Amino acid sequence: MATYKILIIDDEPGIREGTKRILQNFKVDYPFMDEQIDFQVLEAGTGKAGIEIIDSELPEILLLDNKLPDIQGVEVLEYVKSKHYDIIVVMITSYASLELAVKATRDGAFDFIPKPFTPQEIRASVENITKQIFLKRMTQTLNNTGKQIRFQFLSVLSHELKAPLNAIDGYMKMIKERQFGNSVDAYDEMLDRSIERIKGMRQLILDLLDLTKIETGKPTQKLEIVDVRKIVQMAVDTIRPYAIQKDVDVYINSRESFEMKADPGEIEIIMNNLISNAVKYNKTGGRVDIFLEKKVDKIKITVSDTGIGLKTEDKEKIFDDFVRIKSSQTREVTGSGLGLSIVKKIVDMYQGSIDVQSEPDKGTSFIITLIEPEK
Amino acid sequence: MKKKILIVDDDMDYLFQMRLKVEQMGFETITAESQAEAEKIILEIKPDLCILDLMMESDDSGFILSYKIKRKYPDVPVIIATAVTAETGMTFDVHADESTQWINADLFLDKGIRVDQLQREIKKLLKL
Repeated sequence: MATYKILIIDDEPGIREGTKRILQNFKVDYPFMDEQIDFQVLEAGTGKAGIEIIDSELPEILLLDNKLPDIQGVEVLEYVKSKHYDIIVVMITSYASLELAVKATRDGAFDFIPKPFTPQEIRASVENITKQIFLKRMTQTLNNTGKQIRFQFLSVLSHELKAPLNAIDGYMKMIKERQFGNSVDAYDEMLDRSIERIKGMRQLILDLLDLTKIETGKPTQKLEIVDVRKIVQMAVDTIRPYAIQKDVDVYINSRESFEMKADPGEIEIIMNNLISNAVKYNKTGGRVDIFLEKKVDKIKITVSDTGIGLKTEDKEKIFDDFVRIKSSQTREVTGSGLGLSIVKKIVDMYQGSIDVQSEPDKGTSFIITLIEPEK
Repeated sequence: MKKKILIVDDDMDYLFQMRLKVEQMGFETITAESQAEAEKIILEIKPDLCILDLMMESDDSGFILSYKIKRKYPDVPVIIATAVTAETGMTFDVHADESTQWINADLFLDKGIRVDQLQREIKKLLKL
């Protein structure tokens, strides 16, 4: 069990006492954590007393009122920043005037809790921060051991994970409060949307697992002789039910197969992503064509669709993490924004290249070239 | 006459839920799912207040939209609703000092704001 220190700086004894009570027996755990985290609450009634405790105790989390009897809360925030302390600061305030919000956020405030607050709000904020600290420390540990995961990635990831949770949470509350009366029918669409968001989140988690496999890097790459057509066939079989539902035909246009030296898991990830995209972003009645070619040590895979296509300016963006092209045609399509960035990373591992040819409303072709590893 | 509130967010579920909350407060709503769509709307309609998401087509869509709305309708209050956390912290950092002047928004709100607080803020900005 780890214990994080939380310092609350507020001139109202009632607020300090209340916060202490709220957090006393509060524990946070997280699927990735192998331990629970609880909290030790420290308190200060003035900014200066707070700074002394910050220096001596180095708390992990600071709950900071902006209106203090001696100095302003933002000054305490500036102090923390100037000392480069690794403390996550939450401003407790009648929430943020623009000026305060911008200043405090720029100086590193992580969150705002409006006054008056409920125990639930404090707990939710502390829980979020605890996870944030945990992830940050985990990232640091990973960085130290030579594995590179960007903190920025985790931040965006937390945003991507939070968005569907918020949406589902909102719908659940509406349903719980029977906002549209007692008939279940009135909530059908909300339930459908919630299910859709859960589906999206599941996909995101699956993509993350793929990404983890790649990011942990080459040592785990299992090179063997793989039958490329067989893997393509498997990917097509996986997507088939969805393709039927969307009335999209998928064709593999190479009767003969060939073998290459590769990690079968990686080739599978590439094919799954490209083929499922070709179906997802297709039109009703459309088709997907897959071509396979081998020239000496070069393998060329082409996946062509008759779908919505890409604008020229979007072609470069699609390989970045969490990028999804937003348009009226894609709004109903669920995706994590990670698929093609994963494909790109794998292709890079094979010293390969990706070429995108596309015309809006006509379709898109992804042409991938992989070079067979020598070993 | 009912006051008209423009809500812009690229998360269709958040947009739907926000629209509902605002309508339950007794306001009329217009919605847009992107910065581009909102820009088209403000050419023809002058809303009484705007609630904008921050990250849409780009990381700072809400800021740009706020700037454009204020340039056309200086008297229309603009709220930027965002998850004020690490991810937006980065966005603020990117823009550093210039951000405060040109964005011109009246208020930043956390997306998780309670309905009663939201209503209070809207009323304050609309001087109701």
